[in-house]
Amino acid sequence: MEDNSMVDVSENIKNEIKSNDVVLFMKGTPVFPMCGFSAAVVQVLSDLGIKFSSVNVLDSDEMREGIKKFSNWPTIPQLYVKEEFIGGCDIVKEMHETGELMELFNSRGIDVKPS
Amino acid sequence: MPLSKEDLEKYIKERIPDSTVIIEDLRGDGDHYSATVISKSFEGKTKIEQHKMVYDSLNGKMGNELHALMLKTKTE
Repeated sequence: MEDNSMVDVSENIKNEIKSNDVVLFMKGTPVFPMCGFSAAVVQVLSDLGIKFSSVNVLDSDEMREGIKKFSNWPTIPQLYVKEEFIGGCDIVKEMHETGELMELFNSRGIDVKPS
Repeated sequence: MPLSKEDLEKYIKERIPDSTVIIEDLRGDGDHYSATVISKSFEGKTKIEQHKMVYDSLNGKMGNELHALMLKTKTE
């Protein structure tokens, strides 16, 4: 029987990514990022004027480990768009540089207002 | 216990034998590297799948012994 705190966490994660178009699981908050990689993704999203919801994984160990299990991805931050895992800092930055990220948001009907 | 540059390269090459691996030690603390991994076996795979192949080669060290790996994957 799976440890129930893990079951709750994956339910929380599913709810979070279902009820928000763009979700960033990060260390810290957009205003006070606690890790350079998380801050870099917040910067990319802000540059594109993307409205997003964020989850501070430092608030709970279950979340910090649960999100890695959920996506089978070993690091934080993690970006989700319309319930799809897009990637961590490296991939999001690379997609931003190639314009792929803007295309992704447009194709998913998400408002982009580059500053 | 941090990961040495040599071990990092060895793990990746063991898992992706045809790869060329270029590693830069960002801080000299065995915890922060950037790596470019070039391999034909990435062809047809998404970026996420490519990066997962590299993370899998580190069998659990990514995010534990190894805190930060800035990763670029290429097919050639």
